[in-house]
Amino acid sequence: MKLLVCIKQVPDLESRFKPDAAGVWYNETDLAFRMNEYDEYAVEQAVQLREKLGDGCELTVLSIGPDRVVEAIKKALAMGCDNAAHIQDSAASSKDPWQIASIISAYAKDKGFDIIFTGMQSQDRGSAQVGVTVAEQLGLACTTTITSFDYDNGTITAKRELEGGIKAAVKLKTPALVTCQLGLNIPRYPTLPNIMKAKKKEITAIAVADLLKEAALSTTTSFHPPAKKGGGIVLEGDVADLVEKVIAILKDKTAVLR
Amino acid sequence: MKTLLIGEYRDGKLLESTYELLGFADQLGAESALLLVGSESQLPAYSGTLYIADAATCGEYNPDLHKQLVLNAVQQENPDYIVFLHSSYGWDLAPRVAASLKAAQISEIIAFADGSFEVGCCNAKMRRSVKPNSSTTVLTVQAGAFPALQAGGTPTVRKLTADVTSPLEFLGYEPAEKKDVDLGKAEIIVSAGRGIGKKDNVPVILALAKALGGELGASRPVVDAGWVEHSHQVGTTGQTVSPKLYVACGISGAIQHLAGMKKSDFILAINKDKDAPIGEIADVLVVADVMQFVPALTAKIAA
Ligand SMILES: Cc1cc2nc3c(=O)[nH]c(=O)nc-3n(C[C@H](O)[C@H](O)[C@H](O)COP(=O)(O)OP(=O)(O)OC[C@H]3O[C@@H](n4cnc5c(N)ncnc54)[C@H](O)[C@@H]3O)c2cc1C
Repeated sequence: MKLLVCIKQVPDLESRFKPDAAGVWYNETDLAFRMNEYDEYAVEQAVQLREKLGDGCELTVLSIGPDRVVEAIKKALAMGCDNAAHIQDSAASSKDPWQIASIISAYAKDKGFDIIFTGMQSQDRGSAQVGVTVAEQLGLACTTTITSFDYDNGTITAKRELEGGIKAAVKLKTPALVTCQLGLNIPRYPTLPNIMKAKKKEITAIAVADLLKEAALSTTTSFHPPAKKGGGIVLEGDVADLVEKVIAILKDKTAVLR
Repeated sequence: MKTLLIGEYRDGKLLESTYELLGFADQLGAESALLLVGSESQLPAYSGTLYIADAATCGEYNPDLHKQLVLNAVQQENPDYIVFLHSSYGWDLAPRVAASLKAAQISEIIAFADGSFEVGCCNAKMRRSVKPNSSTTVLTVQAGAFPALQAGGTPTVRKLTADVTSPLEFLGYEPAEKKDVDLGKAEIIVSAGRGIGKKDNVPVILALAKALGGELGASRPVVDAGWVEHSHQVGTTGQTVSPKLYVACGISGAIQHLAGMKKSDFILAINKDKDAPIGEIADVLVVADVMQFVPALTAKIAA
């Protein structure tokens, strides 16, 4: 069995975002990066399957981006992936979802992966397209937004999460791709021995130009903060003062405090 | 300009959200046709062309086949835009259609201007304007972003069929977990978000809920981490609430959370980040550490 998990490195979302020089994405200065949350669930599920299947199963983690993404790759290796592909692209953020998917597909095309795991979306771009598009490009069975996963003898049984918390149970034959939703499992923290072991695992670097043959289908023309709607009151300062002010407002504006 | 709108049908029912697509097409000033894998016994109140396939034979979740149905209608309509809701049905099917047509897809649209579409990014903190480079474009629109339009009428029905063998089999629906609390009826809800830091801090939030005589709510990460039961989750995949007072403690304000609580009469948010998107809908945003502010507020109220 050959497994692939695709991950993205994203900035900490509690950061303050400023447009870059071109005004089409964020300026990376001062941002701390980490693994996309949805992808952590994808890695965990892939590692659990890898452990269940044991020897003869190989799990590769792939990430596209500048050198900083090696940090996220190392985390995935420490969680239990066997080896990695780093697709080197210092301009990954300027690619559209079609191009990102095309890069992954070009890499995976001849490698015979039985199952590909991705997050359902990235936390920064949030297009929720890349996984499904890879499946289409490679002609794989595909389902999205899974919150439960099981594999047995060429068949995946999964549950998709729908609106209101309803689930849809599905069965699909491999080769297949699944996109993972929050809460699918409990992603593990890499242990120190596994972090040490991961240092010896192979990370293959591939230049993006070797894989990308497709032009972008869409273009970002601007990155900006939302127009402030105003109206709301923003309170800052000393906690004791804040409490007084909030109680006064609640008494004045709501019927819940008397 | 022509749009092909992809409606939704689940568990034997036409979904009301389908009318949001009609609202979107109307705002766009575009001609529209609607496609539905549903039932002829439940036609939408709409007077245009309706491409319909029977869900009883096509299945409610059978993306390979639904893709083919959409492609068949695209061939007849030749639309500029193929429009889905950004929902569990839409984000699953839209990229399949886009890839088959090699069309641009722009996801989760909240507005548009001059052929360019506005989408949220960075957990709703920022926006992007995106332009398609292809002649046909696939769009998914954010749930709730465009008001539903029920113009009424009876559609001109055109039947669709497709024959596709799929490696995927839909086994059936499983209802949402049973609710031990009905937050929908609560007048006061105090919700814990990831900003509370750890499970041990849940009682601090619960204490404020109790002091106010309300119920405990939670954002999804708090539920996923097992700090609070799913029955307390507020949002698209939890409960929809509209209390007199909603207190959001350490919640950033992601669209999926807002969708569940934005109808609250009064929203008080406590967040250390002044720019957190919850500030866009909060009546009062208290910029503070939730673990310092909340106990102080509880003490004062209880006193
Ligand atoms: C299909 C789908 C369905 C979803 N359904 C739901 C749903 O039903 N409900 C839901 O809630 N989410 C849902 N989500 C997840 C949603 O996108 C967000 O990830 C989630 O709402 C974030 O929860 P949060 O605000 O608690 O955490 P975060 O986004 O991590 O925000 C934490 C906030 O706490 C603040 N903070 C941190 N420390 C402190 C401190 N000491 N004091 C004060 N503030 C602090 C931070 O500034 C930040 O704003 C769904 C996602 C998807 C894709």
